[in-house]
Amino acid sequence: MINYIIRRVLWSIPVLLVISLITFSLGHAIPGGPFDREKPLPAEIIANLEAYYGLDDPLWKQYTDYLWNALHGDFGPSYSSRSRTVNDIIGAHFPVSARLGVLALIIAMVVGIPLGMVSALKQNSFTDYSCMFFALLGVSVPAMTLGPLLIWVFALKLNILPVARWGTWQQAILPAFTLGIGSAAILARLTRASMLQVIREDYIRTARSKGVSEKNVTVHHALKNALIPVVTVLGPLFAMLVTGSLIVEQIFAIPGCGKYFITSVTNRDYPVVLGIMLLYAIIIIIANLVVDVTYSWIDPRIRYT
Amino acid sequence: MEVKLRDEKKEKVENIKIPSEKPEVNLWKDAFRRLLKNKMAALGGIIVIVLIIIAIFAPYVAPYHYAKGNLLDNYAKPGSKYLLGADFMGRDVLSRIIYGTRISLSVGLIGAITAFIIGVLYGVISGYFGGKVDDIMMRFVDIMYAFPTLLLIILLMVLFKSTFAVTTPGTFVGTLSAIDRAFGGLFFIFIGIGITAWLGMARIARGMALSLREKEFVEAARAMGNSNWKIMFKHITPNLIGPCIVRVTLAIPGYITFEAFLSFIGLGVNPPTPSWGMMISEGYQAMRSHPHLALYPGIALAITMLAFNFLGDGLRDALDPRMK
Repeated sequence: MINYIIRRVLWSIPVLLVISLITFSLGHAIPGGPFDREKPLPAEIIANLEAYYGLDDPLWKQYTDYLWNALHGDFGPSYSSRSRTVNDIIGAHFPVSARLGVLALIIAMVVGIPLGMVSALKQNSFTDYSCMFFALLGVSVPAMTLGPLLIWVFALKLNILPVARWGTWQQAILPAFTLGIGSAAILARLTRASMLQVIREDYIRTARSKGVSEKNVTVHHALKNALIPVVTVLGPLFAMLVTGSLIVEQIFAIPGCGKYFITSVTNRDYPVVLGIMLLYAIIIIIANLVVDVTYSWIDPRIRYT
Repeated sequence: MEVKLRDEKKEKVENIKIPSEKPEVNLWKDAFRRLLKNKMAALGGIIVIVLIIIAIFAPYVAPYHYAKGNLLDNYAKPGSKYLLGADFMGRDVLSRIIYGTRISLSVGLIGAITAFIIGVLYGVISGYFGGKVDDIMMRFVDIMYAFPTLLLIILLMVLFKSTFAVTTPGTFVGTLSAIDRAFGGLFFIFIGIGITAWLGMARIARGMALSLREKEFVEAARAMGNSNWKIMFKHITPNLIGPCIVRVTLAIPGYITFEAFLSFIGLGVNPPTPSWGMMISEGYQAMRSHPHLALYPGIALAITMLAFNFLGDGLRDALDPRMK
């Protein structure tokens, strides 16, 4: 197990290197520099700025300098906000995105898993069909439709929730819901399918014939085993939340990393672009690793070489 | 093959009614029948076909032109003249939604075709040859897989839009921009989505090819002297195609969402070509007083994605041999 973790961690280093290389090259391939303004600055000023930021070094040197600094935790200055470094920016915006993501994940799990369970226990009943229909809707309706729809219904028509932005807990409800409902639907469908399989297993029949109450059978015996495939899907779900958070942040004007990424790409703010890309890549890699390790821990039949 | 029957049995044999034609049992015919029996999948399929027809015949179906607007009518409410209202320039929302079908469907279908062709090719080659080749090819896919997809697509789109804004004819860049303009601004979106779409398909195709190449029919084919390429494409690939088609149909809503989001942030098609994402972002600014501008394109988006999801689910159930 420890060997497996070490191998995975070691393997993620070349992955991050390749990601940083590709992002760096793409960022620099985009024409226009960070100091282009509508009215072009005098040439000497641009030369000075570039010398200050090290932009006149050959590209490979810029890349290796960047890697060296990054290993020491310094991700460079930001070209558009002169007084802040990338660390400051990410430190200011990332907690917002993280909070949104965690809230969405909590909503997904709290709504999705019980829904799936109930559907499975009452298979082919009206509850089952309606829950699965809502799950299908949740998977299909994209954030770009759901966001404005929810804003229109709850904020503009009924006036009970604020429209956008971030800060109070009321402002967090709509975005977290918009982001979480897709994942909730996926979890509901998966939990239902897995629960249906588990309920037909022999050990459930044994438990029932022993006289264990139905509630205990469900909670103690069936649920834990049904949740195993759900844990495996949490890894890709994280990646989906990362992608979805970009969309939701744009719709609800939430000052998170996703929205900042788009602004930085348009402003050619290379260090911020690289920093955010690497950050999200690291998160996805860590999430996948944690999920794989947890999966092998809770299911003793799985053993990684 | 003629079997000579003994004479005593001849009368008995002649009394047996042998159907003159065998009912054709075929995975595809079977699956198609089961697909049609599934009401939701059939509904999804019908909606998809209707959308395709609307997209192809858009100029005949749409009541107004998508770009010409009557400024006097701007922000018109949904009513008898403009069925779903008019936007800030007086352009009919319904017509723009109808033309927008073209954009979304072409992105979805071309993304699906690219992912399918490149992904299956890559995956089958990698899975069939195994060993070192498989290792290297899959390492590449794994590395690309760790990329946050949407971020990469955004980066690529900014690259394409700025680098290839050059119009000088004759250069490579110039011809690419000319192709892009001919497509209505979609060409770079196709490339951007195509670059990331084939990865998932390659993984699935490779996994299945790995398990299929151990089967006996492959060994038999090899014993009969088939070359490697023939085995790959005549024997292995037809067995993979079912799950790959399912996977690609279920991925189409993802491609449509990507395109809609790119247009939402302004990195997608160029105005005035209507894309649902762009309509949502424009209508968003007038949400308070004219919500219909943002809601109707959103509903169109949701219906399209719903249809593909229904169809994909139905295909998966129909092609699954365990459900027989």
